[in-house]
Amino acid sequence: MANAIQQISAVTAMNLRSVPSRLGTSMVIVIGIAGVVGVLVALLSMARGFELTLATTGRPDRAIVMRGGSNDELSSVLMRDQAQVVMDAPGVAKGSDGKPLAIGELYMITDIAKRGATTPNNVVVRGTTARVLELRPEAKIVEGRMFTPGVREVVVGRTAQKQFAGLNIGDKVDVRDGPWTVVGVFDSKGDVHESELWVDVDALMTASRRQAYNTVTAQLLSADAFRAYKDALTSDPRVTVQAQREPDYYASRSESLNQLITVLGYSVAVIMGIGALFGALNTMYAAVATRSVEIATLRAIGFGSGPVVVSVILEALALAAAGGVLGGAIAYVFFNGYTVSALNMQTFSQVAFQFRVTPDLLWKGVIWACGIGLLGGLMPAVRAARLPIVDALRSA
Amino acid sequence: MSEAIVSLRGVSKSYVRGKQSVEVLQKLDLSISRGDFLALMGPSGSGKTTLLNLIGGLDHPSAGEVVVGGQRIDQLSSGALAQWRSHHVGFVFQFYNLLGVLSAEKNVELPLLLTPLSKAQRARHVATALEIVGLADRAKHKPSELSGGQAQRVAIARALVADPTLLVCDEPTGDLDRKTADEILGLLQTLNRQHGKTIVMVTHDPKAAEYATHQLHMDKGRLIEQSANA
Repeated sequence: MANAIQQISAVTAMNLRSVPSRLGTSMVIVIGIAGVVGVLVALLSMARGFELTLATTGRPDRAIVMRGGSNDELSSVLMRDQAQVVMDAPGVAKGSDGKPLAIGELYMITDIAKRGATTPNNVVVRGTTARVLELRPEAKIVEGRMFTPGVREVVVGRTAQKQFAGLNIGDKVDVRDGPWTVVGVFDSKGDVHESELWVDVDALMTASRRQAYNTVTAQLLSADAFRAYKDALTSDPRVTVQAQREPDYYASRSESLNQLITVLGYSVAVIMGIGALFGALNTMYAAVATRSVEIATLRAIGFGSGPVVVSVILEALALAAAGGVLGGAIAYVFFNGYTVSALNMQTFSQVAFQFRVTPDLLWKGVIWACGIGLLGGLMPAVRAARLPIVDALRSA
Repeated sequence: MSEAIVSLRGVSKSYVRGKQSVEVLQKLDLSISRGDFLALMGPSGSGKTTLLNLIGGLDHPSAGEVVVGGQRIDQLSSGALAQWRSHHVGFVFQFYNLLGVLSAEKNVELPLLLTPLSKAQRARHVATALEIVGLADRAKHKPSELSGGQAQRVAIARALVADPTLLVCDEPTGDLDRKTADEILGLLQTLNRQHGKTIVMVTHDPKAAEYATHQLHMDKGRLIEQSANA
């Protein structure tokens, strides 16, 4: 065994040391696989960023309540009397004013173009109250001020402001029934709400001629109080509603887009991977052909065919891994933290998020690279081992 | 009569080329004694390199027995044959076949990687082998930094470093000028006379054959003449 390892390391070291003299052909593997991994990691980092943005939205001690059977905020309707029952249910914490810390909210969509573009995009307008900063303490006004109750004023999420045009303080934005004035900017630590516009719920109801809320978001006494709160609502004959913990609700909103991006990412990677595989095969066949005399000489001396196979595969793996690391690095440098917005098909609204090139994605990229390297090295390695020694020596 | 280290009985070798079978060796019998320096001569296509490959365990005969060092090698699997070669045969090729990325000493060390010797023991053996061929001062040089004669000396050091039963040389001076060829042949002669190495050498060159203790002439796959040098 020790002897076999010694043989493998000797032949592999020899192969790797000869790479500089075959730099051009070796780079076919490295660059081809770097391209595959770069694209794969970039696309998956998009899905990961979207997923993380939604997954980090909300807290387990807050509940979002919708009409029974509704899949999302947009399709839910809660009449004012129903919303009051939900807000007064046991388990809701009291606010600084001594009243239940729960807000009936209106969820609507408006059209705003992205910066540098003219095509309108769906942007969420959330009708809420000034107590929203107490209900969602992760949100802070970082510029300007909070909207005034009853007035057509808007505070915009920081990410929305970066992504969409005309959302600076003092700008007018057509939320509903005419222009509304942007008076402040809020930061909510990059969660999904940062892609939203917040306005006074009563002003929005008036402007949109609506009489009902979409949802109620309630601060619970604790995360453990959720079960009792949910049971209380479920057993109350005055309402037909469903309650979810906020993180569960927002995580479920990322599934469709996440799945789409992931499938797209892997599909592109498989197609590119096939191309890179042929590149790797070609390179390794050429490498074996170039060194056929050296391989035959080693086998004449007494080196086994097993170590020759393993060493050729290890060379392919080393080149592929280098490509994987390069591709991951390129994806990290060019995409990590890059902010984009995409249409969340479950809410029909734009959600801004950052690409997140996480360590597990980089690792996944390197594994893909090694997979391509392994497949690309296997057949040339077998050919190297089967090379008739006498014929190869004769070609010297 | 000294002990036979190589014994071939009824050895034939044929290749299939296209639809035709070409018989390269025909029912050949041969015995080489321990300590012999045998020069195999003959025109191109006479079968001398094929015979050398069978003696060196690089190829299997189509028929017959090949016994080297008391072991029948014609029935060994290719894996077992590789292991056998590592213990019993040192090869010297016409074009040296040194590995270009390795220094002279690393090239010489290669056969020792197949042995259980420690790194320090391997280093000592390599130094001794390079000393024998007169290249101790070129140990760190790459093959591209050596002349043809020096490269062949390194190849000879590699062939003898594991102290094999047999040195098998295929046209070892075919790529060298007369003066350098004489130096290499002198070295092989010294290895034979002073170190007792059994050597089988294929050559076209009658002058090279004169360094051997015996000459064997082949034609069309048959031994046609065997003689001892004075």
